[in-house]
Amino acid sequence: MWTEWTIAIRLLREGRVQSLLIIVGIAVGVAVIVFITALISGLQANTIRRTLGTQAHVRVEPPDEVNRIAPAAPGVVQLVLEDRRAQRLRSIRDWQQVRDTLERLPGVVAVSPIVSGPAFARRGSARNSIALIGADPARYVRVVPIHENLIAGAFRVGAGDATIGRGLADELGVRVGDKIRIDAGEGATAVVNVAGIFELGVRELDERYVFVDLKQAQSLLDLPGGVTVIDVTVEEIFGAADIAARISRLTGLKAESWMQTNSQLLNALSAQSLSAAMIGFFVAVSVAFAIASVLSISVVQHTREIGILRAMGATQPTMLRVFLLQGAVFGLLGSTAGVLLGLALLLAFDTFGPRLFEVPVEPGLLFAAIALATLTGTVSAAVPARRAARLDPVAAIRYV
Amino acid sequence: MSDVQDESVLRLVGLRKSYGVGTPVETEVLHGIDLTLGRRDFAALVGPSGSGKSTLLNLIGLLDRPTSGELYLLGRPTRDLDDAARTALRASAIGFVFQFHHLIEGFTALENVLMPLMLARGRPDAATVAWARELLESVGLGGFADRRPGELSGGQQQRVAVARALVTRPALLLADEPTGNLDTRSAQGVFELFRRFNAELGCAVLLVTHDPRLAEACDRTISLVDGRIVSDSPNRRLVSPRSP
Repeated sequence: MWTEWTIAIRLLREGRVQSLLIIVGIAVGVAVIVFITALISGLQANTIRRTLGTQAHVRVEPPDEVNRIAPAAPGVVQLVLEDRRAQRLRSIRDWQQVRDTLERLPGVVAVSPIVSGPAFARRGSARNSIALIGADPARYVRVVPIHENLIAGAFRVGAGDATIGRGLADELGVRVGDKIRIDAGEGATAVVNVAGIFELGVRELDERYVFVDLKQAQSLLDLPGGVTVIDVTVEEIFGAADIAARISRLTGLKAESWMQTNSQLLNALSAQSLSAAMIGFFVAVSVAFAIASVLSISVVQHTREIGILRAMGATQPTMLRVFLLQGAVFGLLGSTAGVLLGLALLLAFDTFGPRLFEVPVEPGLLFAAIALATLTGTVSAAVPARRAARLDPVAAIRYV
Repeated sequence: MSDVQDESVLRLVGLRKSYGVGTPVETEVLHGIDLTLGRRDFAALVGPSGSGKSTLLNLIGLLDRPTSGELYLLGRPTRDLDDAARTALRASAIGFVFQFHHLIEGFTALENVLMPLMLARGRPDAATVAWARELLESVGLGGFADRRPGELSGGQQQRVAVARALVTRPALLLADEPTGNLDTRSAQGVFELFRRFNAELGCAVLLVTHDPRLAEACDRTISLVDGRIVSDSPNRRLVSPRSP
């Protein structure tokens, strides 16, 4: 292989300008692939992180209540006119057991039972509709990191304390230490102390979420000892749908993954991935054609040399390897330069770009790009290399 | 078989070559060539343009295959050898010198000389490099080992090509108009190299030429006309006979 390698490199060096041009071409192509791929995956990771930052991966709820219609006696035709039942707020049966079961489930990271229902928050004559959530903070922060999004006070809910969103705090004009009244209807009211104010960055949540102690919420919503929802965090976010299905089978409860709740988002993400893959594919194809055409020209340019080498004992496989090596060298050098260029672009994007999100640089992607480009180079060299190998030495030597 | 004891370097038996075989324009250019070249022979192959000299040389050099007939190289029949075997035999037994020196750009003079050995055995060892340097020295280019072909004159390039042809210590040296592209002095110099290596290394030389004076300086002249050998005779010695 040493001889083939030496010949390949010398022939490349001899056509220096040509070699340099194609390497620059490959570099640009690889840089585009690296940049686009990193950009899209950064964008997607960011979108998912933001979406999942404010919601559970899997939400477990009691099954919908349905009418039970007595079957008709044999031989009797039954006409049924059915109204769907209104779904009242109710507890998950034996939720402690369900919680323990879910905690033992492989792939589940955190389980947080909550009781949640509608209520009003009042201060003076101001009144806002809210979503009242009774939670165990130690568990809940592993589902939604409220404590990381506090702008004032602490995430505390025990002993008449509540943590509210910034939107609501602004509406009611309260600060940490002020008191608000929570009215859950049917005469159930309580006065709570605002212990913390959070801002999740989602307006709907910042205006409506009010966290109180689990027990207090249970008594306000008239669900003593019950929970209405069990939030679940999973290890592998794209495995959420499978885990939800498993939970559903295991417990008979309604389990919905974030992927079902955000199916539009998922569609958008996969469309993005597809378009990035398409760009990558077509760039790779044009790079491959460029390598093939440059090497074809090189074979023609070196026809006489190929003839002499054949006369001096180079076998057909030797000539084949010389040109395959040239393709590989193009791929390797071009993609190494391309990866560096792509890194520079990413660095520039992270430094001077819109700074909406950080684009991660994965070494795996870079190595994959280099390996793939080298392979592409070798494969694209196949056609010209075969031509070089099959050149008739007699004709090649006489070629001027 | 008698082939085993064959003392010839090259033996052609009824060698024919046609172009465009199987087409309406099929043309036979060599009509049954019988020829034997002994070890240490120094022969000139002459003939007018289109007589088939180059075709015959390509067949002898195993660069091309005859349509029929047999070609024995060092007693070995070559008709049924595949490309790899022909290449190996060619590399070990034959040295080529072409009209246009045909050095490979991008390699130094020394590397060009080493090329046949590099192709056969890979990276050259110190002894091989020393041998190549010795050859360069003996063609008078000891100081030009690291020059590129573009930095050498035509005569110097052809001398590098002669050194390259000899680096494998071939049994047969084929030269196609080796001096056709050189001025008289350079041509004389190259011819003297052939003479010397024929004597010193004992390789048979077959030299295709147009130049009657060059042909006369050889030991034997083979004339080819219209694809047939019309005469094959030793030359009368006009110049001093070759040194022992």
